[in-house]
Amino acid sequence: MATNNRKKLLLMGRSGSGKSSMRSIIFSNYSAFDTRRLGATIDVEHSHRRFLGNMTLNLWDCGGQDVFMENYFTKQKDHIFQMVQVLIHVFDVESQEVMKDIEIFTRALKQLKHYSPDAKIFVLLHKMDLVQLDKREELFQLMMRKLQETSAEYGFPNLVGFPTSIWDESLYKAWSQIVCSLIPNMATYQANLKELKSVMDACEIILFERSTFLVICSSNAANGERLDPKRFEKISNIMKNFKQSCTKLKSGFRTLVINENIYVSELSSNMVCFIVLNTSDDCQQMVLENIKKAKQFFQ
Amino acid sequence: MSNEEMATVSKLDNEESKAMILLLGLRRGGKSSICKVLFHNMQPLDTLYLESTSNPTMEHFSTLIDLAVMELPGQLNYFEPSYDSEKLFRSVGGLVYVIDSQDEYMNAITNLAMIIEYAYKVNPNINIEVLIHKVDGLSEDFKLDAQRDIMQRTGEELLELGLDGVQVSFYLTSIFDHSIYEAFSRIVQKLIPELSYLENMLDNLIQHSKIEKAFLFDINSKIYVSTDSSPVDIQLYEVCAEFVDVTIDLFDLYKDSHRSDKRASGGETTPYRPRELKNVAQLGNDVIIYLKQMIRGLALVAVIRPNGADAESCLTVADYNVDILKRGLEEIWANARIPAKDAV
Repeated sequence: MATNNRKKLLLMGRSGSGKSSMRSIIFSNYSAFDTRRLGATIDVEHSHRRFLGNMTLNLWDCGGQDVFMENYFTKQKDHIFQMVQVLIHVFDVESQEVMKDIEIFTRALKQLKHYSPDAKIFVLLHKMDLVQLDKREELFQLMMRKLQETSAEYGFPNLVGFPTSIWDESLYKAWSQIVCSLIPNMATYQANLKELKSVMDACEIILFERSTFLVICSSNAANGERLDPKRFEKISNIMKNFKQSCTKLKSGFRTLVINENIYVSELSSNMVCFIVLNTSDDCQQMVLENIKKAKQFFQ
Repeated sequence: MSNEEMATVSKLDNEESKAMILLLGLRRGGKSSICKVLFHNMQPLDTLYLESTSNPTMEHFSTLIDLAVMELPGQLNYFEPSYDSEKLFRSVGGLVYVIDSQDEYMNAITNLAMIIEYAYKVNPNINIEVLIHKVDGLSEDFKLDAQRDIMQRTGEELLELGLDGVQVSFYLTSIFDHSIYEAFSRIVQKLIPELSYLENMLDNLIQHSKIEKAFLFDINSKIYVSTDSSPVDIQLYEVCAEFVDVTIDLFDLYKDSHRSDKRASGGETTPYRPRELKNVAQLGNDVIIYLKQMIRGLALVAVIRPNGADAESCLTVADYNVDILKRGLEEIWANARIPAKDAV
C-alpha cells in the first residue's frame, strides 16, 4: 500500500526544452519570469511532493544534455525506467532537430516497454508562445499525429498531449490532467462534490489542490457551456498569484468572499474549494456554515 | 504640430476641470512604455516592441478628477516657432520628465533644465517631477548613487540658469515593479485639490475600524488617489494592488454567466442589478484584506488587523464606517462638480 502511494514521474526531454521551468512553476511557486535564472539540470534532480495528503509524487527531473541522456539509456536504464508511473516528455516547439527529439522519445519508450509497461505517457509541446497564434493548432496536430504513430509502435496506443507555455494558463491545464490521472479516489470526490453543489444550490464548485492549485475536479465537468472554457486554469493562475502576494504579509491564504457570491475557502489541509453561487442573496454565515459541514467529507 | 492637435490643446485650455500632465523626455527613455503599462495594462515585456512615438499622444484618464496625460515625442524641439508651446505649458498642471538611468544622462539633464526654465517662466505653478527610470537593472547601491548624482547635477544646471528656487521631485521608477505606480500616484495626488480632506477622512476611518492601512485605488490603472497619513510601505501597496487584480479577474470570469442564468430561468422579470464590487479575504494570521467599490471607478482597499478581536465584528464595523466614507466622497464630489458646470 505504501509503495502504491508513491508515484514516480519521469520528466524527460532534450536540453533547454523547459522541464525545470515547469517544475519550478507548478511545484515551487516560481513566477514565469523567475525561471530565467534556472541553470541546466545536472543528471537527475529528485523532488518529493506530498499531494492530497496520502500521495507522494516523486518527480525525476532528468537533465537533457546529450551526455546525460546517453547515460540514461545505457548504464542507468534499469535505475531510471523501473517502476515508472508516468512519463512526461517535453518537446521544444522551436527545436531545430525534431527528428532527434523524436528519436530520444522512442528510445525512452523502448526502455519503458521493457521495465514498466503500465506507465502512462504524456507529451507536452512546450514553448507554444513562440509560435504564431494561427499556426499553433496546425503545428500541434501535425506533431501529435507523428508522436502517436511512434508511441503506438511501442505498445502505448493512447498518448495524450498538450500544447503548453509558461506564459499562460495552458501549463496548469496540462499538469492538472496529468496529476488527476494518478488520483485513485476520484469518483468519491466527484460524487461528494455533486452532493455539495445541490445542497448549496451553487452554480459551480471547483476543487483545487492547496499547494499547487491544480484542479482536482469540478461539479459540472461538461455542461459549463456558458462559462469560459479556460476558467479552471485562469483561476489556478489568479489564485496562485494571490497566494504569492499573501506571502508579503507573511501569511497564508484562508478564505476569500467576492460580492457574497464567490467563495474560496480551505476545505481540508490539502484542498481548497471555489464555490460560485447562483444568487448573491444568501446569508454569508449560512454559506460558511455549509462549507464547514462539508469539510468532513473531503478529508 | 498639426492644426488638429492645436485644437485639442486650446480646447483643453478652456476646459478648466481637466488637469493635464505632460510626459517628456529624450527619445527612447521609456515614455510610451509607461503610458501603456499604466493605462492599458500592457505586460512590461511587450513594451520592448513599441514603435517610436512621432506625434503627441493623449491618454484620458478619469478617476476622482479628470486627467489627461500628454506624451510628447522625444525628438521634438519645443522651441520651434511654429509650435505653440507657450499655450501648452500654461495649460498643464504637472510636468513629468523621464530620464533613462541606464544611459548617459548628461544630455537629458541639460534638456531638462531648459524645459524647466521655459515652463517656469510661462507657468510658475507647474509641478515638476523627474522620473529616474529603468532602475530595475541597477543594484541597490548604484540606484542611490545615480539618484544623488542626477539630483546634484540638475541642481547645478538650475543654479546656472538662476532658478534655484524651483521645486523638483525625483522618483526612482521601473515598469517591472510597482515603483512606477507609486510614483504616478504621488504625481496625480498633487493635482487633486481635495487631497487633504481625503487624507483626513481616511485617517478617521482607519482610527475607528482597526485598519492598518487604507488606499483609494483607481481600479483600472491601480494608481492610488489617496491614502491615510501613515507612511506607505511599498510591499503593502503591492499586496493591495494585486488584490484589486484578483478581485476583478475572478469577478469577470463569472459575471456573464450570472446574467444569462437569470434570463434562462425566465420567470424573473427583475433586471440584472449590478452590485457593488466587494471582496473580503482572510489570511492565516487573521489579517483581513478588504476591498469595496466607491464612486467613479475608485475602490477602497484596506488591510485590517483584528489583533485578537472577532473578525466578524471587525468587518461589521468596517462596513459601517466605509459606508459613511462613501457618502462623504459622494458629497465632496457633488460639490466639486458645481464650479465645473458654472464654467460651462
